[in-house]
Amino acid sequence: MTSTQPHVETVSHAAATPDAPQPYAELGLADDEYERIRDILGRRPTEAELAMYSVMWSEHCSYKSSKVHWRHWKENTTEEMRAKMLAGIGENAGVVDIGDGWAVTFKIESHNHPSYVEPYQGAATGVGGIVRDIIAMGARPLAIMDSLRFGAAEATDTKRVLPGVVAGISGYGNCLGLPNIGGEVVFDPSYQGNPLVNAMCIGAMRAQDLHLAHASGTGNKVVLFGARTGLDGIGGVSVLASETFSGDESGAGRKKLPSVQVGDPFTEKLLIECCRELFREELVVGIQDLGGAGLSCATSELASAGDGGMRVALDRVPLRAEGMTPAEVLSSESQERMCAVVRPEDMDAFLRVCAKWDVQATEIGEVTDGERLEITWHGETVVDVPPGSLAHEGPEYHRPIARPATQDALRADTPDALPRPSGPAELRDTVLRMIASPNLCSRSWVTDQYDRYVRGGTVLAQPADAGMIRIDEETGRGVAAATDCNGRYVKLDPYAGTQLALAEAYRNVATGGAMPLAVTNCLNFGSATDPGVMWQFEQAVRGLAEGCRELGIPVTGGNVSFYNQTGDTAILPTPVVGVIGVIDDVRRRIPTGIGAEPGETLLLLGETADEFGGSDWADVIHGHLGGLPPAVDLRREKLLAEILVAGSRDGMISAAHDVSGGGLAQTLVETVLIGQTGARVLLDEDQDPFVQLFSESAGRVLVAVPRTEELRFTELCSARGLPWRKAGVSDPESGRLEIQDIASFTLDELRQAWEGTLPALFG
Amino acid sequence: MARVVVDVMPKPEILDPQGQAVANALPRLGFGGVRDVRQGKHFELDVDDSVDDDTLDKIAEGFLSNPVIEDYVVRRVEP
Amino acid sequence: MRIGAVTFPGTLDDVDTVRAIRHAGAEAVELWHGDADLRGVDAVILPGGFSYGDYLRAGAIARFAPVMERVIEAARGGMPVLGICNGFQVLCEAGLLPGALVRNHKLHFVCRDQWLRVERATTAWTGRYEPGAEILVPVKNGEGAYMAAERELDELEGEGRVVFRYLEENPNGSRRDIAGICDDTGRIVGLMPHPEHAVDALTGPSDDGLGIFLSAMDSFVKGAA
Repeated sequence: MTSTQPHVETVSHAAATPDAPQPYAELGLADDEYERIRDILGRRPTEAELAMYSVMWSEHCSYKSSKVHWRHWKENTTEEMRAKMLAGIGENAGVVDIGDGWAVTFKIESHNHPSYVEPYQGAATGVGGIVRDIIAMGARPLAIMDSLRFGAAEATDTKRVLPGVVAGISGYGNCLGLPNIGGEVVFDPSYQGNPLVNAMCIGAMRAQDLHLAHASGTGNKVVLFGARTGLDGIGGVSVLASETFSGDESGAGRKKLPSVQVGDPFTEKLLIECCRELFREELVVGIQDLGGAGLSCATSELASAGDGGMRVALDRVPLRAEGMTPAEVLSSESQERMCAVVRPEDMDAFLRVCAKWDVQATEIGEVTDGERLEITWHGETVVDVPPGSLAHEGPEYHRPIARPATQDALRADTPDALPRPSGPAELRDTVLRMIASPNLCSRSWVTDQYDRYVRGGTVLAQPADAGMIRIDEETGRGVAAATDCNGRYVKLDPYAGTQLALAEAYRNVATGGAMPLAVTNCLNFGSATDPGVMWQFEQAVRGLAEGCRELGIPVTGGNVSFYNQTGDTAILPTPVVGVIGVIDDVRRRIPTGIGAEPGETLLLLGETADEFGGSDWADVIHGHLGGLPPAVDLRREKLLAEILVAGSRDGMISAAHDVSGGGLAQTLVETVLIGQTGARVLLDEDQDPFVQLFSESAGRVLVAVPRTEELRFTELCSARGLPWRKAGVSDPESGRLEIQDIASFTLDELRQAWEGTLPALFG
Repeated sequence: MARVVVDVMPKPEILDPQGQAVANALPRLGFGGVRDVRQGKHFELDVDDSVDDDTLDKIAEGFLSNPVIEDYVVRRVEP
Repeated sequence: MRIGAVTFPGTLDDVDTVRAIRHAGAEAVELWHGDADLRGVDAVILPGGFSYGDYLRAGAIARFAPVMERVIEAARGGMPVLGICNGFQVLCEAGLLPGALVRNHKLHFVCRDQWLRVERATTAWTGRYEPGAEILVPVKNGEGAYMAAERELDELEGEGRVVFRYLEENPNGSRRDIAGICDDTGRIVGLMPHPEHAVDALTGPSDDGLGIFLSAMDSFVKGAA
């Protein structure tokens, strides 16, 4: 053991050897960043300090390329929007008040690159990380969702990545006992080599139980609890986000180590229950999860958010590997760990709760009345820094922004000239081809691997437009959530495309009967050093911020993932938007499938125009991407949501399903299949049937209303100025979807087409 | 025909929750003195004589194990 | 009537089980894996989840938990015991029920609404159902394929100890579509599907699962009379 004791560099050694060369570049730090560190410290950093700065100032942790754009959130958040927020950007997760003393917290985070390297563990630890963020707010995690993007469905690498990612989410999430209530699975060749795994977690708490990450109170103890610290993902975070990313393991001078982390969901489940009990017993002053950047991040963020400094005896950290250096302990990304600040008089009780749940807990330091974060290793000081310089004063870049020269040509290449199906037979064929295409077919091969029932609160889950869970068993108060993004729309127009993502997630929440309340996001883009990518990014942020203002719902937080590209080719810009909403009583949720009532009228709310830019039809049938995305009208979306919520409240709507990718044809097919009930559909004689069936005009929902409510509901729509048209009736006897004068399908035939694709591809 | 054994183990520095769970259970069952447990996979392949060591290595590395998190050992045992 | 629901580290469906017990009108008693007694319960349910992470084999470690000694004792003494999913696996590992549950034939976790036939309506947990009743409850497992030697399967069939059978598509490759079995007294029952997730049509596919919990209360009343 003594032979493996590492060489440890102390602060005094660093001060005495100002000119010793340091591998800052290999750790992803630029020359001027290194100089700034020297300025802050008044000397060169120690190895441990260098490791901390490199990881905390990485793109992933510091948001150095995106931070300057955050002003758009601030400038577009009104007082009224802010009023609903109990915690916003900058905390572990956003928190909103949902009424009756309940607060809901939610967040999405990316785990893209790790999921490419090792799909199972990458996705699993992505779920683990986001769940710990929610625990750290003082909430009980209640549900998860996943927004996934893969390369072409037929591609060989997709056959490796997708099953691994799905199994990882399933293996980890199911073992935690959290229902998985929705998300997305999207295929596009641009994601080959750059899959996107964005995991969202939703939690709830009594509003007064909100816990924020801060270390205050001189003399309070700093406790590390959960799993032991090993050599997991050393350097992973900074490698992940560094410009020179090449997929290799780590920077210079480090052991050749795998950058993947392995998750242990069982330990995380114990950690959830342990934290719940710690909060219940009021044994925690401040708490922070250990995610990317591990202890570097947890200690510096806790200390900088508190009112004093912090001293940590790093050698007390329980280790899983021998011979770890302080730098390695500080940057280890071992999973399932938390850091808490505890009053000395509560320490015994704290340790007792941890012991009950078999969770290892170790006092590693205390809050001081100074202003420094001081870390020692067997009595010698190895880190002595102002904690804010790590956590909040990282570099900020104004990356060059330039609208790509190719953008005009892309927009000029409209889908107008693409041959369209003519006549009933071709339309019928097109319907069957479209519903079987990888982006429109049933997701049940994926979602059937997720437990959606555990905890007994799931009211809506996939394939519904939004997931919905009950929060309060007495009153039935609940929340709904949806994530959406059509990267093809965003590519064509990043500003409008992002607003379309917002509009769709907003609409999906309302389609379940919930009133949208707040927004989070996960912005996945190519390289931040590509001015074209930064143009997309800036447009997207502005579009989202201004869109939220128009809808009157705040952005409570977000996550940015840059460098999702292979060579010069970036992924489709993919700003995933998550919206949550509240419903007073989940018993009034609106289901997706028709057939709950004996006689139902189908109504199409909204208007259909000839809009095929970025559509699934253009993609599936012609492999075409060009032109403009559908027009977005957020005022209309808001009206639509209000009418859906009013309809749910008054029991006027028996089913509702959003019209989006694939158009009305897709919505109709899903509505009859999910409800296992046939329907007869009437198209408008004055409009091209192809446009009516496949256009992707926004702001539309297909609703079913009991025949007895038809008049009352349509009068409501007319009075509020929401266009509607009668689209048909349910037909429980027929076992068919009949689109009058166009085509008739048996439900079995549709089911085969819709459900067969993913099993055929992935087994 | 020859019998080839491939043992796949999590790399030493990789967390092994399975082995950990077994290790934690042993004292509760009254078995003391076991300091660590690691759990891996054991494969037995019956292969034609034409299959050379290089090929076996490729099978073990590219398919039976996940080189990102696992090590493997290939052994030819008596037919 | 007091029905206990055991929580092992890693148990997940204890909350649902407790809710279902209360929904049926019985008193739910939360039992902890480290408990040395059963706190006077009249029946015990081992809920689903991943006890101890299920890292060795599903149920293999939980079977040695302190509370299990008391459960095994009580079961041998005639107390009704129900194992759901992971609980079924624990009962098999503990030798209270024959056979074993192995990895699903398609090698991945399956969660879906599943039709079952109640093959035997005379156990302590199925008295409320009509014989042959078809019920819709969620199934969700990764290692749910019931397996036993052919001779043992014949014996189970012969003695009428197959309690539930999968209808339509077998979700996990279970031998002879077996979803649940009982011991020779009909008081110990194990099943893979989750009746506790089907006690309210709002949050489950049906309320067909409630009959399991009501049956336990019936058999308690009958036993007391």
